[in-house]
Amino acid sequence: MTRTKEWLYGWLLLLPAMALLVLFTHYPAVANLWHSFYSTPRGSRQAVFVGVDHYRQLADDPIFWQALSNNLWYALGTIPLSIALALMMAAWVNGRIAGRSVLRLAYFTPTILPMIAVANIWLFFYTPEYGLLEQFLRLFGVPTHNWLGSQSTALPAMMVVAVWKEAGFFMIFYLAALQSMSPHLAEAAAIEGASRWYFFRRVTFPLLMPTTLFVLVNAVINAFRLVDHVVVMTRGGPDNATALLLYYIYEIGFRFWDSAYAAALTMVLLVLLGAAALAQFLFLERRTHYQ
Amino acid sequence: MRLRTFQRLIVGVAAALASVIALAQAPVEVSFFYPVAVGGPITKIVDGLAADFEKENPGIKLRPIYSGSYQESIAKALTAVKSGEPPVTSILLSTDMFTLIDEDAIVPFDDLVKTPEDTAWLKSFYPGFMENSQTGGKTWGIPFQRSTVVLYYNKEAFKEAGLDPNKPPANWKEMVDYAQKLTKRDASGRVTQWGVQIPSSGFPYWLFQGLAIENGVNLMNAAGTETYYDKPEVIEALQYWVDLVKKYKVHPEGIVEWGTTPKDFFERKVAMVWTTTGNLTNVRSNAKFDFGVAMLPANKQRGSPTGGGNFYLFKKSTPTQREAAFKFIKWVTTPQRAAQWGIDTGYVAVRADAWETPAMKQYVAGFAPAAVARDQLPYAKAELSTHDNQRVTKALNDGLQAALTGTKTPEQALKDAQRESERILRAYK
Repeated sequence: MTRTKEWLYGWLLLLPAMALLVLFTHYPAVANLWHSFYSTPRGSRQAVFVGVDHYRQLADDPIFWQALSNNLWYALGTIPLSIALALMMAAWVNGRIAGRSVLRLAYFTPTILPMIAVANIWLFFYTPEYGLLEQFLRLFGVPTHNWLGSQSTALPAMMVVAVWKEAGFFMIFYLAALQSMSPHLAEAAAIEGASRWYFFRRVTFPLLMPTTLFVLVNAVINAFRLVDHVVVMTRGGPDNATALLLYYIYEIGFRFWDSAYAAALTMVLLVLLGAAALAQFLFLERRTHYQ
Repeated sequence: MRLRTFQRLIVGVAAALASVIALAQAPVEVSFFYPVAVGGPITKIVDGLAADFEKENPGIKLRPIYSGSYQESIAKALTAVKSGEPPVTSILLSTDMFTLIDEDAIVPFDDLVKTPEDTAWLKSFYPGFMENSQTGGKTWGIPFQRSTVVLYYNKEAFKEAGLDPNKPPANWKEMVDYAQKLTKRDASGRVTQWGVQIPSSGFPYWLFQGLAIENGVNLMNAAGTETYYDKPEVIEALQYWVDLVKKYKVHPEGIVEWGTTPKDFFERKVAMVWTTTGNLTNVRSNAKFDFGVAMLPANKQRGSPTGGGNFYLFKKSTPTQREAAFKFIKWVTTPQRAAQWGIDTGYVAVRADAWETPAMKQYVAGFAPAAVARDQLPYAKAELSTHDNQRVTKALNDGLQAALTGTKTPEQALKDAQRESERILRAYK
């Protein structure tokens, strides 16, 4: 009797969160998978079952492959850099320096600003001839360059915006972790004569692993999720050089109105992110030390 | 007692009757999505128009709903269609016509055009604007906020370069010659002022269409089932654009941002720009120098695509709602109102007689550049629009950007674009 009661009690506690998750996460994902096997209904034409046609189309779609490879480069370029920067900034503002809170605020500001507004400002930074970056580089005699308008620099330029936006956010987590770290460790290390670098490598960094794992999961998700600046700054151009996977899904779904093909693309993104999260938890978890 | 009951009955019936009559007279609700794509207090103007219309037509309740950019507006309208609650009427891009037909979302205006006055009204619009509003012998859109591409030039820069400030380039050759004279370089070879620029971000196809039409061909057929991206004339047109950049070096390298083009012009970074007539008010209030507006230069002929938005009627609406919306559309496109709308916003007034109204005549007399778009209209052709429009257009945009950034030759880029467009359009033949 008590067991049943406890069982019921447990489920009741779970119910609100589960209802929301099922309604807004699990059901849409399953419905999406279902829709990806049907054609897009248009006007009076109903959706018909087409099996794996969309996935076959996807394999032949050069823009999809380009968006995928762009996205992998984007992830590779932004994740390590923003995490390293976040760690450095956190270590910096954790110390006793003058104007510490102002500095912390300054680092965190990019996170608070809405991406669309920020992207418009960055658009001006990158403007050829009279943009901020150009004016700065001119001082050193660097020839003028159309940063967003050439295929070789457009994607790196977008990465810089993403790193700038994200590093401050991750810094907050590192800062919190650093502050909860016991000062005895540093004292003990000092008595033993460990160098600061050695202390960081063998003590601080391992103790930060849970935070790093959390930040890494978030960074990977964001690398695939953060596309607002693409919409404002390049719309995927020039010639798809900055087309990221999610932006391409948006384009297929809400500009071309091919919702079924967009559903197939979404499945790819879901599987990709699911696999990345799983891998992180499985492999990094083992190397992570929780206090 | 009986009498009482009888009296009650009478009162009851009368009350019921009254409510039925009231119901019949309840105003028809007409919801109306509109996008804003140019600067200025557009929402205020639209709300003003709606209020004026309601005052004159007490039986109709107009609900204007600001729906964002054109892109957001069609997204909202089509989502609303799918959820079963579309607006009665909406202003959307004229090029969305085929998409809306394919989605079975709209009805043609032909069934509502009954009287001779209505027929005359339908014929009053510039034919250049109607090309994007009719297909298969039916009228699906009514021109409202329409534009074309024109050339803006800096008269001071013309004088400095020894050119006649009242003689803008009339053809392609002149544009290259002038641009060469207008391009200024400093001692180190860095360009301080470009001769000309044609923006190529976002929707390069629209400006490119001007070049193609000037070279004698448009990019698609009227049925929206074929494109001609790889015709020799079209390749030649793209070669001209690429030559401005690579051969003559009078046009900035890479992709030129549409949004910053007016600013490039104010900042004197470029002496001539191609952009929409919709920027007229913007340039007028921000350029600190004397500027001119001209028709696009001709090659085999003059030409420009039209652009901008049309009124559409949505299918899922009652006949009374459609009638009411139709009444509003006729009301808002009378010569006086079309003229006033053009003056307030910078859009091209959509019918010839609007330019004969006193208000418009006075406006043009005080500000001659306003009439350039009108003078160019006889040469204007339909904007690129086909079935599965956005996809077919994207194929061309990608090709244009590839050629302009130098990753493909114009010929290769356009052949690839044509192949892709044929693949997409196969389903609609």
